Amino acid sequence: MANKLIVTAAPHITDNDSTQKIMGRVCLALVPTLVASTIIFGLNSLILTVVTVAACVFFEWAWCKLRHKDIPIEDLSAVVTGMLLAFNMPATLPPWMAIVGAFIAIVIVKQLFGGLGYNFANPAIVARIAMAVGFASKMSSYPFGGGVDALASATPLAVSSELGASNYVTLLLGNHGGVLGETCAITLIIGGIYLIITKVISPIIPVTYLATVAVLSVLFGLDPIVQLLSGGLMLGAFFMATDYVTSPTTDKGKLIFGLILGLITMMIRKFGTMNEGVSFAILLGNLLVPYIDINTRQDRLGIAKKKKEAAAK
Amino acid sequence: MGKFLKRSAQGAGVPHEKGTSNLATVVMPLPSKIVLSMNQHIGAPAAPQVKKGDQVYVGSVVGKSGGFVSSDIHSGVSGKVDGITTIVAPNGAVQTAVVIIPDGEQKVDPAIQPPVVTDLKSLQNAVRASGLVGLGGAGFPTAVKLAPKNLDEVDTLLVNGAECEPFITSDNRCLLEDTKYILSGIKTVMKYMDLKQCVIGIEGNKPEAIAHMQKAIGGDSSITVKTLPCRYPQGAEKVLIENCTGREVPFPGLPSDVGVVVMNVTSIAFVGKYLETGMPLVTKRLTVDGDIVKEPKNVEVIIGTPVQELLDFCGGLTDEPGKVLYGGPMMGNCLADLSQPILKNNNAILAFSKKWAHLPKETNCIHCGRCTNACPLGLSAKEIVQAYQDGNVELLHELNADLCMSCGTCSFVCPAKRPLAPSIALAKIMMKNGGKK
Repeated sequence: MANKLIVTAAPHITDNDSTQKIMGRVCLALVPTLVASTIIFGLNSLILTVVTVAACVFFEWAWCKLRHKDIPIEDLSAVVTGMLLAFNMPATLPPWMAIVGAFIAIVIVKQLFGGLGYNFANPAIVARIAMAVGFASKMSSYPFGGGVDALASATPLAVSSELGASNYVTLLLGNHGGVLGETCAITLIIGGIYLIITKVISPIIPVTYLATVAVLSVLFGLDPIVQLLSGGLMLGAFFMATDYVTSPTTDKGKLIFGLILGLITMMIRKFGTMNEGVSFAILLGNLLVPYIDINTRQDRLGIAKKKKEAAAK
Repeated sequence: MGKFLKRSAQGAGVPHEKGTSNLATVVMPLPSKIVLSMNQHIGAPAAPQVKKGDQVYVGSVVGKSGGFVSSDIHSGVSGKVDGITTIVAPNGAVQTAVVIIPDGEQKVDPAIQPPVVTDLKSLQNAVRASGLVGLGGAGFPTAVKLAPKNLDEVDTLLVNGAECEPFITSDNRCLLEDTKYILSGIKTVMKYMDLKQCVIGIEGNKPEAIAHMQKAIGGDSSITVKTLPCRYPQGAEKVLIENCTGREVPFPGLPSDVGVVVMNVTSIAFVGKYLETGMPLVTKRLTVDGDIVKEPKNVEVIIGTPVQELLDFCGGLTDEPGKVLYGGPMMGNCLADLSQPILKNNNAILAFSKKWAHLPKETNCIHCGRCTNACPLGLSAKEIVQAYQDGNVELLHELNADLCMSCGTCSFVCPAKRPLAPSIALAKIMMKNGGKK
């Protein structure tokens, strides 16, 4: 035969979307917050983000090179991890600490477990928690006022009892103390809505997470708006809890996941000794995902019905 | 939102590419030969009834049905049998085929006359004799569908005009051009099977066909047209039944278990036409399209025509072919070479360039869950493929992997470009073999 034809199994076409495009959209959704943090905390924010992203991409490249694996840096997942991790650091953090954080996220949490898709928990969350423990004082000195020389101030959550309704606007705009990417609620919400519209994430996790927090705040006698707008909740709900690898697959699973996260967050905030519960809530939630997944599978067409009928008989 | 938390079954937004939808069907002249495969249907192959040198006419029986689930094969030309040979089917199976060289006279077999139908039994016999198989693609012998075990419980005829595969427009042309036969076919089947209602399901991307059918039905309230959403795979039998009637076909089970008989629009049109003319299934309307087909067309072609001659009739190819498909790009099979013949259940021949045929590289699963949420049946492709790779047959059963109908939606939506559907097909084989890959 002169001309050989290609023979493959169907289907013969695929969607235009790809892992790279999805990750790219997540990066884009984080840009407004990066701009806001640069305005609020100064150029240091931007520098720290660039250093963290570069370190994450470098570690991913170096690890795969050393292990003779395909180098997947073009999928942009390391960039997303880098940005999210940087958003969890105060602008005053020394860059070398950020690089240690990047190592923990990429090498220890992601690559040692098999790379993209195999990590048991969100790399940025684990790195943040490890850094919060390891570099406790540097990780919790929150600057405010545009630079490293500014006085460290407590996050709004630490003093939330003193805050009044007049501070809602401050919380929304983010011109208060905190880590890079957590303070400006408005840009985080814009980014989250962009991800929902472009179908990168389903609204179920953020909506149930935020709703659970709001309801529990009222029950606990706390100001729900302050609880929603402060701390890492917006960043966590839209960007960290929705990480595909470490969140449930089905709508049912996502709903349960959102409820669990809201519950743990508020328990830590109300009864824990730490002000901030989002990172721990997401980490604990991540560990439950495999169990949520196997117990929240969808009804298969024609299968559920048969079972129900059999039960009726 | 009724399905929320139960089964999202989003399907896939496949491209439409229905560029040929306004091209009226043209009849292709006689080919230089026809190659009639003896296995153009689900079930037992037919047995050749002719030998080299025999004279056959248009409509003559060439292959005799090999059992209850099987079908006769008829000649679409008058001419001499050149021989009995073997061909390789798209699925790789070697099949017997009868080669006939046309004499150009197209003399009709004297035995051909309109069947006399007086009751369901005679309708079943007539349809059996016509060689009709499910023309939507599955190739299931239609006479078997008309003989459900629970006839009393069957109340609905569902006519499948969804045509959810990209590129293919032959069913659209059928709806527009064979309206008379579609309605006479529907009425005959409803009458003899004693059915209360008929629903014609058409995907919303064919507004002209929907309006045309509604007008043709007129005041007959027993026949309705259901506009289906433009989400692949609307034409999948179980999906169509659920969308049009709200009934869930049990698994394992048949549409008749929920009181439904499903027929493709082309099949029902053929029933209508056959009852009028008595001419068995010897021609087929096909869409010929693809990025390298010079003149895309809807063509009425004699079954058995070599694909090469059909492509030549459409002006030939503008570039070296990469892939040539029987059927659509979602479920169609690749041709290994262009000498292969047109089969009864083909509804399109699509030819694509090498560039088009190239699929992107597979990467790691990111557990985005798109496969699971898109699956029309509620299966979790990523879990099934993982269980297959682990050799976990027990889990495959738990996940109902054998429910999969290979529609390809999971592979299509996967952003990591993983070949999920073919892997599930392998998983199904592993289940049958009890654990061996």
